[in-house]
Amino acid sequence: MLKTTLRLFLPVFLLLAAPLVSAAPRIQHWTTDNGLRVYFVEARELPMLDLRLVFNAGSARDGELAGVARLTSGLLNNGAGEWDADTIANRFESVGAQYGGGALRDMAWVNLRTLTSDADWLETALTTYITVVGAPNFPQRDLDRALRNTRVALQGRMQNPGEIAQTRFLETLYAGHPYASDPLGTEQSLDTIRREDLQAFHARHYVARNGVLALVGDLDRAGAERIAARIAAVLAEGEPAPALPAPPARGEATTLRIEFPSEQSHVLIGQPAIARGDADYFPLYVGNHVLGGSGLTSRLFDEVRGKRGLAYSVYSYFLPMTAPGPFMMGVQTQGAQAEEAIGVMRDLLRDYIDKGPTEAELAASKRNITGGFPLRTASNSDIVEQLGMIGFYDLPLDWLDRFSERVEAVTVDDVREAFRRHVQPDRLVTVVVGG
Amino acid sequence: MSPTRILLSLLLIPAVLAPAAAATRVHEYRLDNGMKILVQPDRRAPVAVAQVWYGVGSSYEYGGVTGVSHVLEHMMFKGTPKHPAGEFSRIVSELGGRENAFTSRDYTAYYQVLANDRLPVAFELEADRMQNLALPPEEFAQEIRVVREERRLRTDDNPNSLTYEHFNAAAWLNSPYGIPVIGWMTDLEHMRVEDLRAWYERWYAPNNAVLVVVGDVDPDAVHALAREHFGAIPARDLPDVKPRTEVPQRGERRIVVKAPAELPTLLMGYKTPVLTSAETDWEPYALEVLAGVLSGGGSARLTRELVRGQEIAASAGAGYNGFSRLDNLFMFSAVPARGRTVAELEAALEAEIERLKNEPVDDLELERVKAQVVTSDIYERDSIQNQAFQLGALEMVGLGWRAGEDYVERIRAVTPEQVQAVARKYLISDRRTVARLDPQPIDPARPPSSFDGHLR
Repeated sequence: MLKTTLRLFLPVFLLLAAPLVSAAPRIQHWTTDNGLRVYFVEARELPMLDLRLVFNAGSARDGELAGVARLTSGLLNNGAGEWDADTIANRFESVGAQYGGGALRDMAWVNLRTLTSDADWLETALTTYITVVGAPNFPQRDLDRALRNTRVALQGRMQNPGEIAQTRFLETLYAGHPYASDPLGTEQSLDTIRREDLQAFHARHYVARNGVLALVGDLDRAGAERIAARIAAVLAEGEPAPALPAPPARGEATTLRIEFPSEQSHVLIGQPAIARGDADYFPLYVGNHVLGGSGLTSRLFDEVRGKRGLAYSVYSYFLPMTAPGPFMMGVQTQGAQAEEAIGVMRDLLRDYIDKGPTEAELAASKRNITGGFPLRTASNSDIVEQLGMIGFYDLPLDWLDRFSERVEAVTVDDVREAFRRHVQPDRLVTVVVGG
Repeated sequence: MSPTRILLSLLLIPAVLAPAAAATRVHEYRLDNGMKILVQPDRRAPVAVAQVWYGVGSSYEYGGVTGVSHVLEHMMFKGTPKHPAGEFSRIVSELGGRENAFTSRDYTAYYQVLANDRLPVAFELEADRMQNLALPPEEFAQEIRVVREERRLRTDDNPNSLTYEHFNAAAWLNSPYGIPVIGWMTDLEHMRVEDLRAWYERWYAPNNAVLVVVGDVDPDAVHALAREHFGAIPARDLPDVKPRTEVPQRGERRIVVKAPAELPTLLMGYKTPVLTSAETDWEPYALEVLAGVLSGGGSARLTRELVRGQEIAASAGAGYNGFSRLDNLFMFSAVPARGRTVAELEAALEAEIERLKNEPVDDLELERVKAQVVTSDIYERDSIQNQAFQLGALEMVGLGWRAGEDYVERIRAVTPEQVQAVARKYLISDRRTVARLDPQPIDPARPPSSFDGHLR
């Protein structure tokens, strides 16, 4: 009942997570004695603090134990130090602190939002958070329950054609690569995961040199340093996680059709594309904005939804990750229209790679991206997420300061060439579920 | 998707609306044509959100035209004589703005988030489409197909949404809250552009609109700018809004929904008053606290007792929203843990409800709920969009934005006896509707339409 997120309304189009960009708050950066990298932005207007610890501990690190990264993350607050799950939840919530965490393919994160205006409340929240991160004990009973509930989640996924499409798409694109496996794991892998595996995963990956701490809020530098030092003190120094392998080479174009009793077909089209830090990031980001990244004005939106009325949601994006992440185009449409939509999208992509955007389209996209720049750091929660991203992917500290000029520098030729280098329209994987 | 996320999206309980405490930061104005303007400065970043809210949504609709408010929302992006289809979005985009719109039971709203010096353009475009919407038939022909795809995506292919839609329609006999916001498919299939024009002419008027601006702005300057753009739009006679008060429920209702699915799911809703209808003014606040005791995080009873303690639920949640135009439901939703049945789960939920009736809530539990409300009130201020949303929504449900000003104090004043009293009064089986999703094999030869039988 306490959140404004559960609203009964229907937006005119589906918002997609935009790649993170930002105006330029003043970022302070240091590294603790044992190697935890810290990013801090002082924001004194509201009496609150956001903390975000990010570890290179996503499901790409699962190895044979598919699901272990997510279980480790999910069980941190189910028993730590002297406290059980009930006590931990009560310690956070009795002072109005909000704890959250999760793990996807690249990163695992642990967040805390707390008030700063009451010293006792702040201290209770911080002590609890630090214990949860540094001294979780993964009680057997909680693990058993988490394993059962993960099986329920796996089962739930099988009734959702969109999630089936996403899972099968990445499985196909990344066959043999750590990104291929589902962060939830499989019925079989869950059978093999033991308490010791979570303890070992935590000991290996939740370590200072494999992590980044972001802080935003009502603190000065000295206060931020004290908190960072307390967090670092409960983490072993450890080692950064090793580099991930390159994704498999792209094969011939393939189409995977999965039957499902849904009215709509859920379609994903794409291939592995770029890693964070790739020099082509800006031409691809700006170029994709024109193609399918910009809400109500992109080419895909205009052709598939605006002119043909084929779908409510149609989009494309590059997801830069530690190892090259995917480029994907997506649409959901009534089964009988699926082939038409797929044809339109493939043709659009081919034409776009061939000719690139027009000068006018490129200029319009640049105006949207740079003109909207101040919106990207308008809230503490925006800023802390970006600090975590900058730290995790080891982007330069002036990443935000120089973002707009790098966007401005992109030319039509840059876009066309970058797309040609990274997207091969004759080697696309297409997954169609249902319809 | 985790079971918890399934439940949250399925519950669809709107927010607790908890805006500013203490000294108000809201500036209120009214234009001669009746349009209200609310401005709340927030100078942390050089940006602003502008929202135009209209007092119309699916709870104003009736059989045959369900979904018309939402389809009209889509068509508001399809042009005026001055700015043809798509131009609104193109202009906002080139200004670096983000925009969207949303339709609910009680309102339809449009917003832009922009650098603060670009408000004049947003106002000019909003004022234009408030009075000059073109509604071209050829654009409508495409857009109504888009909305049907939206319905397939959100509801027809989603067993949880489908269950919620049937549950909701069973819970309300004559209240318009039984109407799905997106509309029934048959009504979407037979909607005509004339239906939209009539709806637009009936409801889109300055005296049925509220403009909310939050951000780095000067309130008087926003007022002057609003007068310049919206001031000349004539007021209209607004239709009589009938109360459509739900008939008293005479005994429990139970339904089963069969759909291709994997997970059984349980929904229960109890008829409750809201702030606009409560005869006893503390009751909605006591119901909010009750929801917090049951479902306000990992230490709340449903997670602590049913998910962790008894391990009978994979996920379980409760929710109540007292900030709606008409009477609402106190909702429970849950998915059984592996190896447990819906019947066991329902019995466990009932036992929790009985406990609330028989024992006053522990003081520490109450303090926890209140701490969460107090801190959420601060956290909400991190988002200019949430601040604006709360002001607008309070206006639309007929309470007025000031109802948010004393929210925290009203919650703080709730006693254990009051929580017990509302549990005894409202969480009784005669006021209840129960729906169970009965999963059917996921057989590609049997799409959802073969279960719910819509004709085509």
